[in-house]
Amino acid sequence: MTAMVKAEGVHKSFGLVEVLKGIDLEVNSGEVFCLIGPSGSGKSTFLRCINHLEKINAGRLYVDGELVGYRQKGDKLYELKDSEVALKRRDIGMVFQRFNLFPHMTAVENVMEAPVQVKSAKRSDAHHRAMELLDRVGLSDKAGNYPSQLSGGQQQRVAIARALAMDPKLMLFDEPTSALDPELVGDVLDVMRDLAESGMTMVVVTHEMGFAREVGDSLVFMDGGVVVESGHPRDVLTDPQHERTKSFLSKVL
Amino acid sequence: MTDNLDKSPADTPPSGPTLSKTSVPAGGPEAIKAIPVRHYGRWASAVIVVALLVALGYAFSQGNIQWHTVGDQLFESSVVKGAGRTLLISVLAMIVGVLLGILLAVMRLSKNPVTSSVAWLYIWFFRGTPVYVQLLLWFNLALIFPVLNLGPIYKNEMTDVMTPFMCALLGLGLNEAAYMAEICRAGLLAVDEGQTEAAHALGMSHAKTLRRIVIPQAMRVIVPPTGNEFINMLKTSSLVYAVTYNELLRSTSAIGSTSYAVMEMLFVASIWYLAMTSVFSVFQYYLERYYARGSSRSLPPTVFEKIKANLFSKGSPRGAV
Ligand SMILES: Nc1ncnc2c1ncn2[C@@H]1O[C@H](COP(=O)(O)OP(=O)(O)OP(=O)(O)O)[C@@H](O)[C@H]1O
Ligand SMILES: [Mg+2]
Repeated sequence: MTAMVKAEGVHKSFGLVEVLKGIDLEVNSGEVFCLIGPSGSGKSTFLRCINHLEKINAGRLYVDGELVGYRQKGDKLYELKDSEVALKRRDIGMVFQRFNLFPHMTAVENVMEAPVQVKSAKRSDAHHRAMELLDRVGLSDKAGNYPSQLSGGQQQRVAIARALAMDPKLMLFDEPTSALDPELVGDVLDVMRDLAESGMTMVVVTHEMGFAREVGDSLVFMDGGVVVESGHPRDVLTDPQHERTKSFLSKVL
Repeated sequence: MTDNLDKSPADTPPSGPTLSKTSVPAGGPEAIKAIPVRHYGRWASAVIVVALLVALGYAFSQGNIQWHTVGDQLFESSVVKGAGRTLLISVLAMIVGVLLGILLAVMRLSKNPVTSSVAWLYIWFFRGTPVYVQLLLWFNLALIFPVLNLGPIYKNEMTDVMTPFMCALLGLGLNEAAYMAEICRAGLLAVDEGQTEAAHALGMSHAKTLRRIVIPQAMRVIVPPTGNEFINMLKTSSLVYAVTYNELLRSTSAIGSTSYAVMEMLFVASIWYLAMTSVFSVFQYYLERYYARGSSRSLPPTVFEKIKANLFSKGSPRGAV
């Protein structure tokens, strides 16, 4: 099995504050990789490093065998041009806690936008595909609605469809359900479960321990910018080895 | 008194009937039939205002005004031409202002300290001096630069270059750019950063993100003040009188001073200004409505929809809006 994401000693600082202090981990192709940890532990930051929304300060980060954000020639690193970074981001879908749908476009236009603008897909093809994706997330009847006319759960499912429209090989989820009312969480998790079954490689930052246990293949507990504990979700969640993991889990479970 | 006005009975929802309909089974408590509060203060103020209006109207009817001159001169060809020039110079100056304003806004937001300081300096100067002074500066440019010499490209007498039209266009347009820059900057900053992030995460370039995602959303913030700027421009353009550009005020005043109908011709000018600003206000309403799409659950009604709703709804006309 090849690693879809590989992190070696990843460091990231904002000014003087070191947020990631050497992250090492591997995400295999086709697996659902869950990241948990207390607020401020650097989960979002690490996720954003994966598609180069943040630049790392030290270490190496690979996606599908290629260095993120740089090109290595000999022992020198060259920064990639914006257009090259954009090219790599096409293959990585991202779903945000706050959805970030484009409010001036309808649901179907949101899903079509990137294929048409980035991949120069024909509008009719993109529309057809967008309708298929909306159907897949159970929202074909809401295609013409603007985001403001959708519930939070519906918006998040549109956001997932929007990311899928680029046919990514990797999907990043940053607490996709934590801005949702409890009764809307299930619909979004169902879509994610579906996606996992279809074989998509997923990195999921989540507080949904039930989802992590059922769907997750690996789980990492982060605290203070380091990986404290990792393993199979069932093992880590039921039998944590470290004190910090134990105290965190006792609070959230 | 404002308190009274706000609480007009038309605004309060008809809570009695709805309540009995939804939560109480038939045969429940009877609907409320109360005697409404009498607004004596409102009646008294209405009488006073109407009386003042009547007095004003009477004063004008008795004044030494040749109303027929107003009517005769309203569509005089030089007046119509002047109005056309006012519209032309306002539109052109506004175009200069908007384009240069967007450029200045992007420059101010850029990470390059040189470009952002240059933009800051421009805005500082053109907002900090009166537009009337700026117009006169352009008009008198020939005093310090008798010849405009752009090396091999262009060379001409300054007085030939700085025609009244050019003075008006540069004076109004460059001044407007400073204001538009601030409006555009505020609009760009008002768009949530998550939007840029989502677009980038989808693989969109900076330019596409700006054009497809950020600017359309910024427009919602930019359009209303820009409309106000244009209405201001229609009126401020009367200042180009000073650089001898023959716009509405200048052409009406010319007739006024030769025919001893000064006030009458000022009325004519006012009517034209009012007509132009009113027509534009309607246009602005539809423009704002277009850029508001998606921002609220339903679009605000158009004027015609409002009228229709008012005509065909019984009961509270204000509630229907
Ligand atoms: N752009 C930034 N500039 C400065 N500090 C930042 C920035 N982004 C994040 N941080 C800091 O980095 C730390 C980690 O943030 P991060 O968002 O990665 O945490 P998290 O684990 O996702 O937390 P949460 O569960 O609350 O989302 C926090 O202390 C935060 O204040
Ligand atoms: Mg986070």
